[in-house]
Amino acid sequence: MLRFALLRILSAIPTLFLVVVLAFLMVHAAPGGPFDQERVLPPENARNLAAAYHLDEPLPRQFGRYVSRLVRGDLGPSYYYRDHSVSDLIGAALPKSLQLGLLSMALALLVGISAGTTAALKRDTLLDRFVTGFSMTGISVPVFVIAPLLVLVFAVQLRWLPASWSGSAGFDRLLLPVLALSLPQIAYVTRLVRASMIEVLSSDFIRTARAQGLSTMSIIRYHALKPAMLPVVSYLGPATAAVLTGAVVVEIVFGVPGLGQLFVRGALNRDYTLVLGIVIFYAILIILLNLLVDLLYGFLDPRIREA
Amino acid sequence: MKSSPAAVAGEALRLASGGGVRVPAAILLLLVAAALLGPLLSPHDYFTMDLSGRLQPPALEGARLFGTDDLGRDLFVRSMSGARVTLLVAVVASLVSLVIGVTYGALAGYAGGRIDAFMMRMVDALYALPFMFLVILLMVAFERNFLLIFVAIGAINWLDMARIVRGQTLALKQREFVSAAELIGVTPAAIVFRHVVPNLLGVVVVYMTLTIPQAILVESFLSFLGLGVQEPQTSLGALVNDGIAQMERAPWMLLIPATILALVLMSFNFLGDGLRDVLDPRLRER
Amino acid sequence: MAAPIKQHRMIGSVYPPLRRAGMALVTLLCMLFAACGGDTGPDTRNVLNRGIGAEPESLDYHKARSSQAGDVQRDLGEGLAGYTPEGELVPRAALRWEVSDDGLEYRFWLRPDARWSTGEPVTAEDFVYSFRRLVDPATASSYAQSIIDVRNAEAILAGEKATEELAATAEGEFLLHVGLERPAPYFLALLTHQSMFPVHRASVEQHGEAFTRPGNLVTNGAYRLLEWELGSLVELERNENYWDNGSTAIDRVRHHFVTEPAVELNRYRAGELHITSNVPPEAFARMRDTHPGELRVAPYLNVYYYGFNLTKPPFRDNPELRRALSLAIDREALTESVTGRGETPAWSWVPPGVHNYEEQRFPYSTMSHEERESAAQLAYRQSGYGEGKPLTIEIRYNTSDTHQRIALAIQSMWRDVLGVEATLVNEEFQVLLSNMRAKEVTQVFRSSWLGDYNDANTFLQVMLSDAPSNLTGYANEEFDALVSKAAMQTDPEERRRYMQEAESLLLADHPVIPIYFFVSKHLVSPRVGGWGDNVLDYHYSQHLSLSPE
Repeated sequence: MLRFALLRILSAIPTLFLVVVLAFLMVHAAPGGPFDQERVLPPENARNLAAAYHLDEPLPRQFGRYVSRLVRGDLGPSYYYRDHSVSDLIGAALPKSLQLGLLSMALALLVGISAGTTAALKRDTLLDRFVTGFSMTGISVPVFVIAPLLVLVFAVQLRWLPASWSGSAGFDRLLLPVLALSLPQIAYVTRLVRASMIEVLSSDFIRTARAQGLSTMSIIRYHALKPAMLPVVSYLGPATAAVLTGAVVVEIVFGVPGLGQLFVRGALNRDYTLVLGIVIFYAILIILLNLLVDLLYGFLDPRIREA
Repeated sequence: MKSSPAAVAGEALRLASGGGVRVPAAILLLLVAAALLGPLLSPHDYFTMDLSGRLQPPALEGARLFGTDDLGRDLFVRSMSGARVTLLVAVVASLVSLVIGVTYGALAGYAGGRIDAFMMRMVDALYALPFMFLVILLMVAFERNFLLIFVAIGAINWLDMARIVRGQTLALKQREFVSAAELIGVTPAAIVFRHVVPNLLGVVVVYMTLTIPQAILVESFLSFLGLGVQEPQTSLGALVNDGIAQMERAPWMLLIPATILALVLMSFNFLGDGLRDVLDPRLRER
Repeated sequence: MAAPIKQHRMIGSVYPPLRRAGMALVTLLCMLFAACGGDTGPDTRNVLNRGIGAEPESLDYHKARSSQAGDVQRDLGEGLAGYTPEGELVPRAALRWEVSDDGLEYRFWLRPDARWSTGEPVTAEDFVYSFRRLVDPATASSYAQSIIDVRNAEAILAGEKATEELAATAEGEFLLHVGLERPAPYFLALLTHQSMFPVHRASVEQHGEAFTRPGNLVTNGAYRLLEWELGSLVELERNENYWDNGSTAIDRVRHHFVTEPAVELNRYRAGELHITSNVPPEAFARMRDTHPGELRVAPYLNVYYYGFNLTKPPFRDNPELRRALSLAIDREALTESVTGRGETPAWSWVPPGVHNYEEQRFPYSTMSHEERESAAQLAYRQSGYGEGKPLTIEIRYNTSDTHQRIALAIQSMWRDVLGVEATLVNEEFQVLLSNMRAKEVTQVFRSSWLGDYNDANTFLQVMLSDAPSNLTGYANEEFDALVSKAAMQTDPEERRRYMQEAESLLLADHPVIPIYFFVSKHLVSPRVGGWGDNVLDYHYSQHLSLSPE
């Protein structure tokens, strides 16, 4: 297992390099630069700025500079936020994004698995129809509709919860953003688990277990849950992508100073180093997550491990 | 062994006429018809502004079926027009990802061995790219034209398709009819496209019905960021975004496009479910 | 599923780890929630919560360039001169000043009681150091042109002279002497700009790039930097050593970064902000009805215009066509219905309310709109276009709700009145900027100009043939001559005459279509006192007060 993990991490390095090259090219391909603004700078100013940030050098040279700093773990200074380094900015934004992302995923898994299992057990009853209906709605209403609605109802009209991240210092400022972000995922996981659980429950060995007289609860816990989780694990990859996208919306609407909205601002400001830093960070995250998913697969389905 | 594309399609259609597929398919057809024909029924167009008649609620007089928006434009025609654009973007983007994914996956699966391993390694590498961010960069970097939106969205999705197709191709490769074709001397390309691909139809169709909603949501997300379709053209996502801004003053501006959007997404999802129930077991048996 | 019975045994034996994983998950959740329990906020009694648009890119006066950075910096630092809430220029760090007869030598007597937040006195040397740092090419300041009129500044910027040669010297501990290259009657107004604030030399030398961090930053204004929560807000605390600290009513100021006006509005309505930096267009009318006393609208030194690319057809050498397009725009309808936030139609390039200036207007500003439409149609035909030969052009603008609505409206007007076929091209800001500068693909583009100081020159110099901010390619020798002549005048009357003549010329040539003049719009809580509407939209926190709830 350890060897497998190490091998995967090593093979991720060429991938990361590819990521850096692509992102670097794309950001520099965009017209405009970090120091361009509506009031045009006098030529000497512009020249001085470009020189200070090596923007007047040919692209390969700039790339080389960037990579040599990167391997030393230095993500460089932010081109736009001139008082801070990229590590500062990412470091400040990361905990918020982590909180938001992890809590949303945890909530999605918890609620989704419970709801999906319940629906599968009570198949075709009113409860099942209700759960199915809810999950269908959840994947049909985009996050950028849910989020402002939540703000309007709970923060502006009812004043039960803060309208934004800096509107409070306690964990109540997390409730609405996490809820908005997790709703589509809850819906999706519910559907997945329900379908998967129905399939597992109708399989041979479950029928055997029932015939042996085991209670429904223990059947679920000891026999059905693990195999039913396989599609959920495969979904973790796309789920992360969905959460990343949704997080940008939630961060903007709720004013959460996370990585998503930091990236969008960086892209619009042509903050080359910031954008690259975030892309690299996320790539590493995704690679680690894929590794985790593969390990989980092996854990849940021993056949794969032996393969 | 029935392996001709026509026969496969025929059987699939017969089986697909079951209940779980009929209802969502009907809804979608209705929406498409409305999107194409609806604007013809209205005296208004989607861009004319009536500055004195802004933010009118839905009414029968003046043929303002869905009311007007904050610039006095007719919401019915705009919704239908937007639905058209959304569906177009989603279908074309899915087709783009389909074509790339199927070609890539089929080739990898058929080629097998080292080539296959390398190609799948590339897929793994590309999986690591935070695609949404790169799409944003793309949209920011290049002038936002219609075509680019399709390409950008298509570029996100093809990886899954490639993996699935490759898996199926590997499985199908073992079948007798492929070895028979090889014996006769049919070229690899012909084998891939005339024998392997038609048998993937079921998987592909199901996949399409799931990618299309994804593509729609991506387009709405881009609209949210201000990077979507250009005005005065509009899409359901853009209309929903406009509607949110006027949520309190003119709720119909949000409710109507959002409902249409939800209907479209739900229909595709149900359709995908229904088709999968119908087609997959059949494939598995073979 | 093969071998079901074997699988059953295996699953049973692997189950305990699953339970442990579940417990780990729950523990993680609890930890996350605990971690969010967070700090107790400060006493909310005298804390002002203000929204500013975007996060300042820097708190270094010499490196920042956005107006949001300026808002925060104006609370932190203080220049030789400043403004009252109503927009009147008054001495601040300087007690008084004297200007020589030829307008080239300025002497400033500084306040001997002015102090840094560390308690040290603010001296003339501090200003000398700061001005040198501003003009130093190594600093790569975005606002170096604030000091461009000082002798040797241009040469230093170009790297030809050393910074020590800048004509700013300390003639005494509290006596500053600045020598200008040419008379610049607006120089005093320039001194109020944040780029001309003094920086604390010892901090810069000790901390280098990190001197703007909380704990390092030393300021001479009413507040000092307490905290900078990246992505969220900047928190300022009263500077006890400030010479005028007795007049400061508010103890703490929090500037919140909110980029979306709609989000900012929600926060205001939820009671989280006392002041907003903006009001979204769609909510404006509603706010006017529901929160009448809180909506503050004031004229602003900012013109919204459509520019023409004069270097290429169809607008090259075709002033009649440009005039036609300007005539066809119903500015009143636009400002009433489309923008609807109290903006005023623009019939001139220089906004009204500018110091020492009389508004020059288009001759057609007094016509009715029907008359203008006929005049437009006539000019259109005379410029060579008509029904059989419609003008096809592109209108470029950057992504924003407002720009889009206006572009749509104008497209509509040009089509209805003249039959012009205009396509809208919505570009992301940086892309548009690039295109405007290159002057290759642009035809009609949207832009705006914000005045740096309260003087007509800041608007006129934009259209000089060699000005980098001239995106139209307008090159009129006579205009250039008039503007430079105006800059040389020491007599305000003469100056005004030349500037007004220059503007009339500009308006007749129609290189741009001014559409409306901005207004500053804020929602200000009824608890906030001391708010003054002024044309620069400067609202120093030290003038404000907060009444108890």
